[in-house]
Amino acid sequence: MRIFSLFILTILLNLNFAGAAGSKIDIPKYDWSWKGFFGTYDRSAAQRGLKVYKEVCSGCHSMNLIAYRNLADLGFSEQQIKAIASDSLVEDGPNEDGDMFEREAIPSDRFANPYPNDNAARAANNGAYPPDLSLIVKARPKGADYIHSLLLGYKDTPTDFKVPEGMWYNKYMEGHLIAMPAPLMDGAIEYDDGTEPTLEQLSSDVTTFLAWAAEPSLEHRKRLGIKVLLFLIALFILTYISKEKIWRDIKH
Amino acid sequence: MSENNKPRRDFIKLASMTLGGVGAASLVVPFISTMQPGKDALALASTEIDLSPIPEGQSLTVIWRGKPVFIKHRMTDEIQSAKEINLDDLIDIQDDSARVLQDKWLVVLGVCTHLGCVPLGQKTTDNKGDFGGWFCPCHGSHYDTSGRIRKGPAPKNLEVPPYVFLTDNRIKIG
Amino acid sequence: MSSNDLHGYKKTLSSPYSGVKGWIDSRLPLIRMMEAEYLKFPVPKSLNYFWSFGGIAMFCLIGLILSGIFLGMHYKPSAEDAFNSVERIMRDVQFGWLVRYLHMNLASFFFIAVYIHIFRALYFGSYKAPRELVFIFGMLMFLLMMGTAFLGYTLPWGQMSYWGATVITNLFSAIPVVGDAILLTLLGDFTVSDATVNRFYVLHWLLAFAIVGLVVFHVITLHMTGSNNPSGMEPQNWDETLSFHPYMTIKDTKAMVLFFIVVAFVLFFFPNIMGHSDNYIRANSMVTPAHIVPEWYFLPFYAILRAIPDKLGGVLAMFGSIAVLFILPWLDTSKVRSCLYRPIWRICVLLFALDFFILMYMGAKPASDIYVLISRIGTAYWFLFFLVLAPLVGYLETPRQPLTISNFLRDKKALT
Repeated sequence: MRIFSLFILTILLNLNFAGAAGSKIDIPKYDWSWKGFFGTYDRSAAQRGLKVYKEVCSGCHSMNLIAYRNLADLGFSEQQIKAIASDSLVEDGPNEDGDMFEREAIPSDRFANPYPNDNAARAANNGAYPPDLSLIVKARPKGADYIHSLLLGYKDTPTDFKVPEGMWYNKYMEGHLIAMPAPLMDGAIEYDDGTEPTLEQLSSDVTTFLAWAAEPSLEHRKRLGIKVLLFLIALFILTYISKEKIWRDIKH
Repeated sequence: MSENNKPRRDFIKLASMTLGGVGAASLVVPFISTMQPGKDALALASTEIDLSPIPEGQSLTVIWRGKPVFIKHRMTDEIQSAKEINLDDLIDIQDDSARVLQDKWLVVLGVCTHLGCVPLGQKTTDNKGDFGGWFCPCHGSHYDTSGRIRKGPAPKNLEVPPYVFLTDNRIKIG
Repeated sequence: MSSNDLHGYKKTLSSPYSGVKGWIDSRLPLIRMMEAEYLKFPVPKSLNYFWSFGGIAMFCLIGLILSGIFLGMHYKPSAEDAFNSVERIMRDVQFGWLVRYLHMNLASFFFIAVYIHIFRALYFGSYKAPRELVFIFGMLMFLLMMGTAFLGYTLPWGQMSYWGATVITNLFSAIPVVGDAILLTLLGDFTVSDATVNRFYVLHWLLAFAIVGLVVFHVITLHMTGSNNPSGMEPQNWDETLSFHPYMTIKDTKAMVLFFIVVAFVLFFFPNIMGHSDNYIRANSMVTPAHIVPEWYFLPFYAILRAIPDKLGGVLAMFGSIAVLFILPWLDTSKVRSCLYRPIWRICVLLFALDFFILMYMGAKPASDIYVLISRIGTAYWFLFFLVLAPLVGYLETPRQPLTISNFLRDKKALT
């Protein structure tokens, strides 16, 4: 009977209902540093990814749930964070005259928005709204694999596929049409640590950064999880023995 | 019921209950922790102020941890009147040098120590009371150019928050 | 009337205990109640681990209430702030991510435990006389659970929250004549909006505590009859029972710790596996997701809803599928309780369980031909099971002779 319950549980945990709604596009799987029981975010990749975001993506995409101070998680020092923050302007106010004004961002500010509001964002992008990227890795089925594939998916437009004005072909986008032109290419930016900025590298790094941004508590969660599971297994062994001892003289 | 197994059963029972108790108790930690200030509030626990826009004789009000802080760029005569007084005349005895890091900058919490109103005196047009500092309109407390209570119901001097000079023109409060 | 009769004109305080314990207990008889109901209470010796899921469900409820209270200290129930307040909990509140994931996953595990618990009732006949009221309070709690879960899911104000709420509340407009007026009153606006999420938050708390209240009645009615057991035969003597403490307390603890291990495994390593990625997108009234899917525990009922082509018909079928459960104790005509001794009914029950999973799978599929056909077959069997098979099989089948508890324990091979 216990086996039956575990069987039911196995079924439930394996049926991914979210994906069952039928995406026929196969997303390739990649080996991310944070997968598995002991996974962690590759700090150097995430730092490079931040640069990709800042220099390429932040022109259109906001990340308004991330604050500059969060970057301490990725190994940036307080000085570096202040420098990164002060590169951007944020709105503040009203001042004593009743006016809103712009000032340099400080670590406690959230990442600056490229547009003042959603309508401005749409107007500047042919009516398509560039989504906020703070949660994008969790907001798509297949998460990081999907984002990385999408960024690499601008290759090989089939000759017979009609692409309307203002759209681009993407192998992994649902319907194969995407309103964003290919944002990355070989050498799009230069890395501070000398890593070669190939398309694959840029895409992989920014995906790592975005994965961290969506789930900064991942490492704490997994570390705590190991401790909790070990504790519970020990407790289970003790309760199991207790139960056997207490029931030993009962015919059952 | 075998006698010689009894002590072992009791040990298992004791061990399970202890481990279970430890588990239950440690469950309390994350839940109560959620009641602590969040990381966004803690990030605002300290604030840096640029002093250079404040001309001599003027005062700036900033918010720190939700409360107003008065930053006064004191003039020479104000510094003098703060230092040249008989300490016994004070209600809450405190020397001016114990209240400032640099004589020309006074940093105090803009909260009256009587019942918490925000005293007047930040603007040049404000009523500064009888001692040239601040005047609390709620119950008539008068503060001097060192933020000390001189007359009125307030029991203590205006509180000096913890702050340091990062450079000559930049302080970090908190 | 004896002078100890609480309803006599003369009230004398008495207690089986002495000292401080006796002083309290004679004035508020909780200690003797706890001793009678949770220490000495006799329980059949033959219970298997299916009987541990009631306690497991209770643990889930307590966990949900506690995590809910601490989430409530940070959550903001407005359309503008809800999504951000949940992300603030995940990122800025110390251990907020843990409490949020715990609440989210315990909701699913609560349904897993309750579904297994209900399966036990169906398979071993725990709903049959004299336990009809235990079952009915259980069904009431199940209804409230579904309400609480639906309300709770709208609170994060993601795309699925918003659109799931839109689809389900629109069902009310299927009610003839008064449907639209009811919908307007329910939503507080012309569409699911700020007014809606605010009141849904309050109702979520209300229903959750209503469940806690019903648990009390569920346990009282259970303790009036005593637990059922796999053989379906009531205990004949003391030897066929065990005291709740220490036998069931340790057994249930063991089951619970194993359950905690499964919960911890999911919570710490796959916290989003039972959820939908679309709910990490802020609600947008202008953009409908490609596939609106409720949480997994609603899928069978969602499949039934969509199986009927008529809007009102679908609503009636969906609520009807739960309504039939309420009258099961009177639909099933068999004198024998446990499926172990009812060869035909056993197949029917196992098929019903299979049907439940098939409908669950169909509920996640888009409403196209083959899936709708299977959903219709599944819905037909559901109602057939309750309205036709339950009375007929009880009447027509020849059950085996159920073993007494002692014989059951002696010879488990006599099962099939």
